[in-house]
Amino acid sequence: MSEVDLLIVGAGPAGMAAAVTARQNGLDVLVIDDQPAPGGQIWRSVETVAATKRGALLGEAYAAGQASAAAFRASGAVYEPGSQLWQIEPGFRAFVTRDRQARVIKARAVILATGAQERPAPFPGWTLPGVLTVGAAQILLKNAGEIPEKPVWIAGSGPLPLLYMTQLLKAGGRVAGYLDTTPKGRLMAALPHLPGALGAMGDLLKGLGWKAALKRAGVPVVKHVAEIEAVGTDKVEQLRYRTANGREAIVSAEVVLVHEGVVPSIHPPLALGCKVEWSDVQACYVPVLDSWGESSQDYVFVAGDGAGIAGAKAAELRGHIAALRAAVKLGRLGEGAADERAAPLRSSLGRELALRPFLDTLFAPRPQVFAPPDETIVCRCEEVSAQEIRDLVKLGRPGPNQVKAFTRAGMGPCQGRQCGYTITHILAQAENRPPGEVGFYRVRPPLKPVTLGELASLDQQEPVA
Amino acid sequence: MFRKLHEPLTEAITIYVDGAPVAAEPGESVAAVLLRQKEAWSRTTPVTQSRRAPYCLMGVCFDCLAKVDGVASVQTCLTMVAPGMRIERQQGKRSLSA
Repeated sequence: MSEVDLLIVGAGPAGMAAAVTARQNGLDVLVIDDQPAPGGQIWRSVETVAATKRGALLGEAYAAGQASAAAFRASGAVYEPGSQLWQIEPGFRAFVTRDRQARVIKARAVILATGAQERPAPFPGWTLPGVLTVGAAQILLKNAGEIPEKPVWIAGSGPLPLLYMTQLLKAGGRVAGYLDTTPKGRLMAALPHLPGALGAMGDLLKGLGWKAALKRAGVPVVKHVAEIEAVGTDKVEQLRYRTANGREAIVSAEVVLVHEGVVPSIHPPLALGCKVEWSDVQACYVPVLDSWGESSQDYVFVAGDGAGIAGAKAAELRGHIAALRAAVKLGRLGEGAADERAAPLRSSLGRELALRPFLDTLFAPRPQVFAPPDETIVCRCEEVSAQEIRDLVKLGRPGPNQVKAFTRAGMGPCQGRQCGYTITHILAQAENRPPGEVGFYRVRPPLKPVTLGELASLDQQEPVA
Repeated sequence: MFRKLHEPLTEAITIYVDGAPVAAEPGESVAAVLLRQKEAWSRTTPVTQSRRAPYCLMGVCFDCLAKVDGVASVQTCLTMVAPGMRIERQQGKRSLSA
């Protein structure tokens, strides 16, 4: 069994920053990550791509990842990419598979830097080949230099579709149209938060710059799109949409990219029994953390977008801050020194977070995301429809775990990562109670599929119970 | 469905998709290669045998599962190509032998 002071799960901006600070304070650090190279999703493949032509079209924020990855590589932390964490339990014992070999890692403290995922936004036909998320398309561009073959339809809301479209156009790709799903009146609602956001003026201007570039390129934009449907048998053939004003259209489509914001990855903190709370504005659960990022479980920290969506710069700051506290708790750093070093990091973090109320209000998901039509598959893995969930409500007042037992929704390989919030919201509406009260699936091991062979490869000398 | 920004591929290697040789580039994911094929899908579902293709590319949807070098239910978006790699689209439930 390997034994380390600090186990960091995830090698994105937060995990890499945490490793650097932890190492500077003399901690023995192991970083595991399921990706093949450091950088997380935002800086995917940054070490090999940043200096190339493709890196140039991805922009400055992407290129910035190169320095962070280099600092991480030089930090002296042990780094094990391609590792799947499938169980983590108090003590701490992390069960990890790498190269088809499973093992147990023992750690005195854990920083979960597992980032975020795009918010599942089910609609009829979203399981058809040809429907991908905008984040997925951007990863294809970063990792493989790959773009949609034909003019692509993009439906969604938030900064990411705007950024991806500008990158795609620079790369020589074409956009058939942008179906902006941001509901009417959101800008007015967000304006009161604008003064607070002015500290992050640069980011606001960047967003406006993307919009201007799309306008110059003549990208057709349909505003206030409320409903979409992908139509086809074995793959997408058509896209149907309806605006809030009732304007409907059917267009031919081969690739449809969707995006309705991002939500923290909460499976690892839930597995460790960390307390989470419902965020009304982001419509998701967020771990309850102190000012250092430590969770309700002693010695378990959450840093980065997993602690609440705030972007890469905030993620790095939170990573440094969490590592300082871990060093204090493990006896390598005095409290006073940690406070002193954390102070400038905290004020930078404050500036990053100042933009969030404005963005969160402006891009709050449209209500249809949480109320898919009856025929929509909500659990992609077990192919359970919204209708089946709503029918169950007639039997009583089930919670997500009863729904799981009755329908298998949430029991497939994704372990509820794609259906969890939809189930919560459908039950909340049907039972007329707040989503935070309905709750989420109980997260059970394994967090990722494990083969019998991998289980059998666990060192037999270890007491496993 | 998708295409490379640059054709032909630099430093091309060969992998096999359902037995057919296919060009790939070191450093890219198996899912990226599948999305360039004429048949751009990765598996059929265990319940209704409907086709699925890579959807999230970041390891959270599990629709890109395929058999890689004999091992079933591998997340192809997290698996990078290697020379001679054998990919089989996964049909329905995976068998116990895999």
